[in-house]
Amino acid sequence: MKSKGIFAAASLAVFACALLLWRLAILAFGIAPFMLPTPMSVGRAILLHLPDLWSATVVSAEAAVGGLIASIVVGVLIALIFARLDWVRKLVFPYTVMLQTVPIVAVAPLIIVWFGPGMLSVGVISFIICLAPIIANTTQGLVSVDENLVQLFLMHNASQGQIVRRLRLPHALPHFFLGARIASGIAVIGAITGELFAGSGQVGHGGIGYSILYAQTQAQIDLLFAYVIAATALGFSMLFTVMFFEWLMLHKWHESA
Amino acid sequence: MTSVPEVLLTGVSKRFSTDEVPVLQGVDLSIERGEFVSIIGPSGCGKSTLLKLVAGLSLPSDGEIAVNGILPKNARQLVSFVFQDATLLPWRTVERNVALSLELEGRTREETATTVQKLLELVGLSKVGKSYPRQLSGGMKMRVSIARALATRPRLLLMDEPFAALDEMTRDRMNEELLRLRQEQNWTVVFVTHSVAEAVFLSSRIIVLAPHPGRIAHDIVVDLPFPRTAEMRESEEFDVLVNRTSKLLREAHRV
Repeated sequence: MKSKGIFAAASLAVFACALLLWRLAILAFGIAPFMLPTPMSVGRAILLHLPDLWSATVVSAEAAVGGLIASIVVGVLIALIFARLDWVRKLVFPYTVMLQTVPIVAVAPLIIVWFGPGMLSVGVISFIICLAPIIANTTQGLVSVDENLVQLFLMHNASQGQIVRRLRLPHALPHFFLGARIASGIAVIGAITGELFAGSGQVGHGGIGYSILYAQTQAQIDLLFAYVIAATALGFSMLFTVMFFEWLMLHKWHESA
Repeated sequence: MTSVPEVLLTGVSKRFSTDEVPVLQGVDLSIERGEFVSIIGPSGCGKSTLLKLVAGLSLPSDGEIAVNGILPKNARQLVSFVFQDATLLPWRTVERNVALSLELEGRTREETATTVQKLLELVGLSKVGKSYPRQLSGGMKMRVSIARALATRPRLLLMDEPFAALDEMTRDRMNEELLRLRQEQNWTVVFVTHSVAEAVFLSSRIIVLAPHPGRIAHDIVVDLPFPRTAEMRESEEFDVLVNRTSKLLREAHRV
């Protein structure tokens, strides 16, 4: 307990040092405020634009959370099909790995052609970027079950459905959460990238990506920083939520928790 | 009515690919109800393969296998399998692990609950029923595994080196407990091991397999009386049997 407190204090100190270095660098090198604002002015921008920051974060969060949830539903279903039908997995799995290597910025314009500008496209882009880690990790979890356990189930005349529900799914849970953690982080990246291309569909009511572009054109660098911090906070909250569910479901029996 | 052997293998061969030496070749073996048969042999002689065949988890390339006169696949209700690892489900408590086999066979909740409590008492684990496997020692996990196997009241128990991963003292104690349980429930056992002392202590009969291809080299009757006690391990008869079996095992290895 005691060492935990010391570490918390120490990491806060590291953060304070970083802010101090930032401030000193501006002084030492005479960096202009329109290139790099001071920590104080970023803090001021956050306080000043709190309602804008909040509404932009909510808009982006809707797309990111929507994309993440959709990718979990679709990804787990695909993983179940892969686990059930070996030949489908062998034929299709390589392409899902490729899905991971397609640069999302290259595909985003195409998505907008298909779904139109606006938040639907943004959600779809977030969904696509989240899908690969969910599929890959969940499939891995479903198929990496100890062969002896499968035989144990077979010895008791278990049906394939029973093997999936009572063996493969619970076994896949830690793997699934590993994928969901990765996805929760990149869901925000997907949403912001999407907005850079698709806008928000509503003038004056955009997400973080849209607002970052806006702040840039207005040369409000301190506000731009504030949006970056908002994006980070959003990604962190999503990761934290996933980790909370992970803890809830695994901490009793799994070593990682 | 003449009694049907509990396990009957006639001319059983198993090969995994056509051009290699078979894992098992021409195995004839008849095991009567109530026997405790250990199978020993050097690694790669097909001990585990033989057990999987009797369990119906794999099919012979040649020959026939019958459990209680019927195909192994259809006799599964009479049989339980104990693996080398405890193979527990880590997300289930001890109680729910023991209940697994009953659940899969569709028993009622009440029946399952009472059976599980009785079994946990039998293997001395009543106190840890609500614990998860990761909180248990290796010996305790193995006991859960055995309790799970016994839950469906099997007539035939197939055990694949169940105590190989345990330290010697735990293993000896588990051996004694296994015999005590067997006295109460009287199952037939086919037990794979690579420990001669374990085989002699537990068995009424020992089958020595020779490798490449796997086949029966010796069929030894262990004429120590039951019930067996820990002290019997120090007896002269026990030593003689262990030495004789070890010698036969070494010979089987050479051929």
